[in-house]
Amino acid sequence: MPSKPAISYRNVTKSFGALRAVDDVSLDIADGEFLAIVGGSGSGKTTLLRVANRLIEADGGTITVEGEDVQNIDPVALRRRIGYVFQSGGLFPHLSVADNIGITPKLLGAPATEIAARVDELIELVQLDRAAHRDRLPEALSGGQRQRVGVARALAAKPRIVLMDEPFGALDPLTRDALGDDYRSLHRRLGLTTVMITHDMTEAILLADRIAVMRGGKLLAQGTPSELSTSSDAYVLELLRTPRRQVERLNALLPQSGAA
Amino acid sequence: MSFLNDPRWGEALSHLPDYLGNHVRVSLAALALGLIVSLPLAILTRNRPAPRAILLALASIVQTVPGLALLALFYPLLLLAASVTLKWFGVSFSAFGFLPAMLALALYSMLPVLRNGITGLNGIDPALIEAAKGVGMTERQSLVMVELPLALPVMMAGIRTAAVWVIGTATLSTPIGQTSLGNYIFAGLQTQNWVFVLFGCFASALLALAVDQLLGLIESGLRNRSRLRAGLGAIGIAALVAATLVPTMGRSSSGYVVGAKTFAEQYVLSALLRDRLQAAGLSATARSGLGSSVIFEALKAGDIDLYVDYSGTLWANQLHRTDIKPRAELVADLKMALAKDDITLLGELGFENAYALVLPKKRADALGIRTIADLAAHASTMSIAGDYEFFSRPEWAALQKAYGLQFSAQRQMQPDFMYAAVASGEVDVIAGYTSDGLIAKYELVALDDPKQAIPPYDAILLLAPKRTGDERLKAALSPLLGKIDIATMREANLRASGNDANSSPDVVAKWLWGKVGGR
Ligand SMILES: Nc1ncnc2c1ncn2[C@@H]1O[C@H](COP(=O)(O)OP(=O)(O)OP(=O)(O)O)[C@@H](O)[C@H]1O
Ligand SMILES: [Mg+2]
Repeated sequence: MPSKPAISYRNVTKSFGALRAVDDVSLDIADGEFLAIVGGSGSGKTTLLRVANRLIEADGGTITVEGEDVQNIDPVALRRRIGYVFQSGGLFPHLSVADNIGITPKLLGAPATEIAARVDELIELVQLDRAAHRDRLPEALSGGQRQRVGVARALAAKPRIVLMDEPFGALDPLTRDALGDDYRSLHRRLGLTTVMITHDMTEAILLADRIAVMRGGKLLAQGTPSELSTSSDAYVLELLRTPRRQVERLNALLPQSGAA
Repeated sequence: MSFLNDPRWGEALSHLPDYLGNHVRVSLAALALGLIVSLPLAILTRNRPAPRAILLALASIVQTVPGLALLALFYPLLLLAASVTLKWFGVSFSAFGFLPAMLALALYSMLPVLRNGITGLNGIDPALIEAAKGVGMTERQSLVMVELPLALPVMMAGIRTAAVWVIGTATLSTPIGQTSLGNYIFAGLQTQNWVFVLFGCFASALLALAVDQLLGLIESGLRNRSRLRAGLGAIGIAALVAATLVPTMGRSSSGYVVGAKTFAEQYVLSALLRDRLQAAGLSATARSGLGSSVIFEALKAGDIDLYVDYSGTLWANQLHRTDIKPRAELVADLKMALAKDDITLLGELGFENAYALVLPKKRADALGIRTIADLAAHASTMSIAGDYEFFSRPEWAALQKAYGLQFSAQRQMQPDFMYAAVASGEVDVIAGYTSDGLIAKYELVALDDPKQAIPPYDAILLLAPKRTGDERLKAALSPLLGKIDIATMREANLRASGNDANSSPDVVAKWLWGKVGGR
């Protein structure tokens, strides 16, 4: 019998007024898995992520985290135990990089010296420069540096589960690629369970073990990239065609030997 | 150079510890109370649009009430409250001075604190509040660790505005019995002591500036998380409070308090009474610049011990009588009526300070005007000026009725400017005071009142109920009774209206005692 899933959605529904943002979704995310959620704007990706740590309360269905129904967990304790990277970064502008990263351990009552050591470790982990960045305010960082801080903050309290809402959006392709690779290796090294929302199908294919496709609040399909490529759904196939078309165009445009 | 060498600067400086101390105490207490009430209200209503709108509307309404009126309103309100608590709980409190001033000023400080507090808290990016929740903060932690720090600059701007308003408006608390830097301004305006007026304005402006800067220091310290700056600002405020507490701590408050209304004659007489008590070995202080409706209530409540009022004023305003009696009879009736309230009418000082219609002597002679009846024929082409209360007083109604007076225009003026205005022809007639020294100075004449429409206004000495059996007090005051005639008082008032060092109430009071003491 396989180990119980890290997160499990059973017939989960969430409506805003008449709008069904999440409509009867059932989905298991295995322990140690890296799942990417893709789908158009407004398809319910963020909502699906937020009902898991109760930033939003679901209307119907059951969600379990590490086997426990989230309705039976104090929402504040639940959120401290799950790392969350916000779509917009969400760094506190009045707190230094170090204080932003150390916030959840501080809320959990960790001693100051322990927090400081943990912050140093995380700054290293996300490959920021300790001397240069530790005491800066977020406004004095580049976009990519800010998103690294966002990832470090989510990891600070040593969560086993990390939820990421377009963590690498709005970055130049090189940085984005590097950050994605960096995170992927962290995920493996720390044995995390990661759910990442992305708009970029290529990114999803390259980083994730499995991909879930959302459309109009419904879970259209889920599976490994090769499983998805056998899907009968036109929208799913269309999504998968995009990276392939890009590769073909690139191959046609760039000399094969390239700069590499 | 003589302006800077003026000895009145020294006199002004000698009052500074008292006036500034009281000013700082009442302002900071009001500000503290305003903050304690407003900040939690701003926090509680930040996500509740309906109560928030009501609260802001109420605070805005308070703000539109002129400061002086708001302060004056609190006095009768507290008086009522005090009588209720006395009846129900057997305890009473003083509705005079500090309490009404502090409450009114606290109310006055609320709008900027509330408005900026709410604006600051509502202006925070919702994504950050979401992030606070997401990293595992409780609502309370989110408020303390994220929302309040982010709203701080806007909130502090509101607090600083409130501080400047309160410190400025506190100068208006003098008429309800709270000593403040306004004492310089009120006394200075009444006795044409521009040194005092300037001194009062500068002192309150400097105080406002200093407090504003200290609050700014605290703000920048909190924002930049510099303990040093925030600490320095806080120490500055604390030092200000401490410095104003020390000089008044040791002072006993058990002495006699002599009240005075807001005009020069009253400043001189209260200084005279204070000097007499001190000469008799009693400790006494003068509380000057009290509003004329506040002062009688303050005596009744025992907040002041004695003051000089005028028989006709009490006859109309306290007994609500419209009939008119001869001088001696009216005083006798008044004495009996006041005794019912346990107020002692000790006696008359000897002169009358009645309202009189006054115009230049030359003009009166040219037109053949001797009495108010003569004036009535010319009134329709003339303008009249009076002090701020005259036209709403029963005497004015009585005058109009008795003589059929109809002037072409009527204006309100600061009493000290009226005489110059009528002398220069800017107005034709003024409602002046018979004891005013300026009548002689500007060669004016006070018209006779053959129909006796204006009641007599004998200056009378009143004692608070708690001083009813105080024989030492009465003995100290009795040498003054019946001794001050109208000519002497006019001269004293003329001296007090001068704009030099010898015109201060203290100096004039000593001169006056020199004249009447040996009589
Ligand atoms: N608090 C809310 N109140 C009302 N409607 C909401 C709320 N949050 C989300 N919605 C709506 O629910 C739908 C799903 O929103 P959601 O944020 O989950 O989309 P998304 O897939 O994350 O989109 P994007 O890729 O643009 O971030 C949208 O139509 C959105 O307008
Ligand atoms: Mg989204």
